[in-house]
Amino acid sequence: MVASPVESEVKEVVQQAIEKHGKSPDALIPVLSEINRALGYVPAEAIREVKRQIHNPAERTFAAESQLYGLVSFYDMLSTQPRGRHVIKFCENAPCHVVGGKAIWDALRETLQLKNGETTPDKKWTLVTTSCIGLCSVGPVLLVDDDMYGNVTVEQIPDILERYE
Amino acid sequence: MKTKRAMILVSTDPESIRLGANELLENLKEALDAYGLQDEVDIATLADTERSNILPVVVVYPEATIYGPVKPGDARYLVEEHLYKGRIAEDLLAPPKELTGQIGSLRANKGYNPAEQRIVLERAGRIDPENIEETIASNGYEALGKVLTDMTPEQVIDIVEKSGLQGRGGAGFSAGRKWKFVRAAQGDKKYVICNADESEPGTFKDRIVLEGDPHVILEAMAIAGYAVGADEGYIYIRGEYGLAYRRLQHAIEQAQEFGFLGKNVFGTDFNFHVHLHAGAGAYVCGEETALIESIEGKRGEPRARPPYPVTHGLWKKPTTVNNVETLANIPAIIRNDAEWYRSFGTPSSPGTKVYTIMGNVNFSGVIEVPMGITLREVINIYAKGMKPGSVMKLAQTGGSSGSVIPAALQDVPMDFESFRKAGVSLGSGALLICDQNTCIVDLVKVLLQFFRFESCGKCTPCRIGTQRTYEIVERISQGHGNLEDLDKLADIAAEMERASNCGLGQTAAVPIRDMLKHFRTEVEAHIQTGNCPTGVCEMTRDIELA
Ligand SMILES: Cc1cc2nc3c(=O)[nH]c(=O)nc-3n(C[C@H](O)[C@H](O)[C@H](O)COP(=O)(O)O)c2cc1C
Ligand code: SF4
Ligand code: FES
Repeated sequence: MVASPVESEVKEVVQQAIEKHGKSPDALIPVLSEINRALGYVPAEAIREVKRQIHNPAERTFAAESQLYGLVSFYDMLSTQPRGRHVIKFCENAPCHVVGGKAIWDALRETLQLKNGETTPDKKWTLVTTSCIGLCSVGPVLLVDDDMYGNVTVEQIPDILERYE
Repeated sequence: MKTKRAMILVSTDPESIRLGANELLENLKEALDAYGLQDEVDIATLADTERSNILPVVVVYPEATIYGPVKPGDARYLVEEHLYKGRIAEDLLAPPKELTGQIGSLRANKGYNPAEQRIVLERAGRIDPENIEETIASNGYEALGKVLTDMTPEQVIDIVEKSGLQGRGGAGFSAGRKWKFVRAAQGDKKYVICNADESEPGTFKDRIVLEGDPHVILEAMAIAGYAVGADEGYIYIRGEYGLAYRRLQHAIEQAQEFGFLGKNVFGTDFNFHVHLHAGAGAYVCGEETALIESIEGKRGEPRARPPYPVTHGLWKKPTTVNNVETLANIPAIIRNDAEWYRSFGTPSSPGTKVYTIMGNVNFSGVIEVPMGITLREVINIYAKGMKPGSVMKLAQTGGSSGSVIPAALQDVPMDFESFRKAGVSLGSGALLICDQNTCIVDLVKVLLQFFRFESCGKCTPCRIGTQRTYEIVERISQGHGNLEDLDKLADIAAEMERASNCGLGQTAAVPIRDMLKHFRTEVEAHIQTGNCPTGVCEMTRDIELA
């Protein structure tokens, strides 16, 4: 997501998310997740649009912008910042750590010249740490977008990165 | 089941997918089409196979020939040889030791390992999880039918209570008693929640159930609904579990078509609807009150308790929150009765437990064994021993919120009571086994990094405590610690344990306490000699606090 998304696209995405999940309170997080999936993050325009479409005291459906920001900042899978075209998630928990995770993390930061949470200047990569993703039996583990890599070695990192445009 | 000549099962656990299982599936389908066999042969997926050395595994029924590892490029050859020409594709056969005794059954009731006993994972890995007919053919929904036509809610609760089933989500509370509280609670509307958040590091047992046997959860939730008087249920599933989500969604639709969910279940006047709700990434949302807040569209911050969810749960209505593994035991208990269930495990902790094993051992993966076996048995028998050159130094039982125990404690039977007496927590059943190259300071630092990141920040002892203890341990690992730090750690840990609002802050203290109790000398060595005995910590770095 390089440029700020166009207004009409945001409106469309929000609309679809709400059609799919509804307007009740228990739909709020699924709606935001859907938007994050479609746009790569939840831009301010989307938050305003969600509020506009959902908040309706007459129908007793409520959504304040501050509440929506509160949700986006709380949940790891939601982000207010645009991310790179590809997001690398590195599992930093103990089971992956004891089987060699640290070396992978060092190599990733070195190769991409990124710190945790940063995006490369060309907007290709964002690097983040994540908690366990349940693939511990094949640690150390990386997720690139939705692709899982297990038993990762330092030598494999260039090969893995090369697969992405 | 449909009458087909043969069935091909392909393993689709994460490791198999990494090795090309999805492409293999595609290629198999193409090859079947190419040979005109698409109407005669079914393709399905296996979730957990435990055959970590020969993945992806392909099993061809009816004779259950086991092939592996099978690469995507082998698909055409396999189809041509086995299904078209009707002979074994010799080159792809699994190595002989994988075949002995297994070939006819692919781990039926008796497990793959000597004493393994499968109740929770009985169907996972044996059936196609996307085909409800296979579930039905292997006893699926039988217990629900029995409950709705033959039993009163009280009788259901009674069996579950007598079975002695304790919650498998960490705390070990009696499942039957929890249902009893919810049944007794005042309210016209009640809820059943399946806690499928599973974000405890090292824990993926629930994922194996959800991916391998989604219907068992739906059946159990409907039984729970009938027992407590609820007509609505939520599955709160971890946001990252995409495959499990899709399988559950599909299973819910199928169950509705078959009349096992929805209105008038089994033609009775019992209604039960299940919603699938994906989380958005927050460890603390596994805590039951945080989970409820999260479903209600709020930040997942644990509520102050009491009141408990059994009286004030979702939308303030009486709610039972049960873990996936807990629920997966229910249908088997109903089918076979409480006595049968008590024949497994120990008198105070009946049944089986699903463990995930990982670390410096030869086999990593999932096992289901009776309660009460020891860690030493797990390592020697199920994990096939420590890796060459590895000697066991310590283990972490129960994920990040479990205990860190030294090798000396590996003979304590793993059941709720024995562990409690030994001051150890069984937690979620993740067993991380570490060898001599693991540094306790480094390990605890990683654990505290997790807790300080995941603390929801609502209460001070946890928010500040996880941060401060992390900083101190980080300092020790960098060679800047002093002996007073150890007292400080002990004090903060005690306060976190005493005053935190929820289990996250309370259990964050456990690794600190365990480190000081069992590994004090090693920590002191960091401080006094300025050296890390295992050579893991970078002792000479400048102070760098994140
Ligand atoms: C920080 C924290 C995280 C938790 N995560 C989970 C989880 O992922 N899955 C789960 O079943 N229980 C989890 N629990 C325990 C639940 O609060 C609750 O005890 C459990 O769902 C009850 O189900 P059970 O009685 O079947 O074990 C967690 C508890 C805490 C304090
Ligand atoms: S103990 Fe930690 S996670 Fe639990 S409520 Fe307090 S701050 Fe939040
Ligand atoms: S600890 Fe890394 S995936 Fe579980």
